[in-house]
Amino acid sequence: MTGPVDVTLTINGRSHAIRVEPRRTLLDAIRDECGLTGTHMGCEHGVCGACTVLVDGDPVRACLMFAVQAEGSNVRTVEGLAQGDALHALQRAFMAHHGVQCGFCTPGFLMLAAGALEREPDIGDAELLEVLSSNLCRCTGYQGIVAAVRAALAELREAGNEH
Amino acid sequence: MPGSTRETSVKPAPFAYQRPATIEDAVRLLGELAPHEGRVLAGGQSLVPIMAFRLARPAYLIDINAVAGLDRLFVRDGVLRIGARVRHAAFHRPVVDGPLGAMLAQVVRHVAHYPIRLRGTLCGSLAHADPAAEWGVVAATLDAELVAVGARGERRVAASDFFRGPMETALASDELLAEARLPVLPDDTRFGFAEFSRRAGDYALAMALAVLRIEAGTIAAPRLGLGGAEAAPRRIAAAEGLLRGEAPGEAVFRAAAEAAAAAIDPLEDPETDAQYRRELVEAMVFRALTQVCAGEAEA
Repeated sequence: MTGPVDVTLTINGRSHAIRVEPRRTLLDAIRDECGLTGTHMGCEHGVCGACTVLVDGDPVRACLMFAVQAEGSNVRTVEGLAQGDALHALQRAFMAHHGVQCGFCTPGFLMLAAGALEREPDIGDAELLEVLSSNLCRCTGYQGIVAAVRAALAELREAGNEH
Repeated sequence: MPGSTRETSVKPAPFAYQRPATIEDAVRLLGELAPHEGRVLAGGQSLVPIMAFRLARPAYLIDINAVAGLDRLFVRDGVLRIGARVRHAAFHRPVVDGPLGAMLAQVVRHVAHYPIRLRGTLCGSLAHADPAAEWGVVAATLDAELVAVGARGERRVAASDFFRGPMETALASDELLAEARLPVLPDDTRFGFAEFSRRAGDYALAMALAVLRIEAGTIAAPRLGLGGAEAAPRRIAAAEGLLRGEAPGEAVFRAAAEAAAAAIDPLEDPETDAQYRRELVEAMVFRALTQVCAGEAEA
């Protein structure tokens, strides 16, 4: 009963039929079984946030869920942010505001911010800073990341107002 | 493949997985599997990390995330009922009018981080019983009632009997904490909550929750709960006694804070000795009380 089970993961709208042990984390399944290595593996115990993905719109640590638990859910990873060649507002803002240095934490921060901004479009600045304290970055000192997310939020709000 | 991530990274020990859809099935499975190292998986934000380190090696996980009804969150007969699947993030906005909803919305900001709060559950935190958990302090301070369900039926446990020590509760291994019940507080109830941790989202080194009313200029029905400082969260009667019937003000707050610091049996670790823990408790109690009466004391 601890042996492999069939699981179908829906990641960025695409279906992945995989066979994994129940103990396989969603993180490992995304990277190894589904080949989507944009989601990074950091601490593997929920501290660093490098593996943050969206599960039904919620940014969560992919290392703290088992793949079998994500069956039936809509998973989004960093590979799903851009629309074709058009980068997401957050990706462009991270480039413009130097939110990226070594890049290891970047996919996690992007998905954390994407999830938070989608869930809470009216988020205040204090709340935004509190959300961004969820993940660790060892290069940037966070200022570039904070500036990038603030800029993307402003852009998304402006775009929202035009519609 | 020596050297590959598969061989060197932290992974849970093997387990079999069950995902019941009804509470009856969940309880039946727990009754069958608990004697064989079966455990409940709720949000997994505490259990999965300790499984990754293999500090926990359950042979069976009974995932309650699909169990119907456990996501309920409602008030009946003046009591807020919080089902086992209700996530921390549910409390980001007040779930009930008045001081209880406001208190939960303030306290939840101290519970880990945003993604953890979207996944972890209040009941799971209580059942895990980490002494540094915020919800334990709320449950102890408000004398919550915890509803345990097992093969032998349902029983209700008072918070004062529930917490037994670090990661130890009155729950039997084959019981599920199905619901936590908190009394809705009267509109004139005031509260203050203060926590000290080294970084945002870290485990609390000490925290205090003060809840009281002011009647004719004096403190009525004071409740003072502590967490993170001792093996389990609890109310501190010695401090409450000093507050009751007194006019709120700095001197009485300081006396209560000193009494709380003296009353504890402090947790100690290599970075936090007993004296430091007492001093943190004193500071947190004073801050919580000052917050309760912000505006009042100066008036």
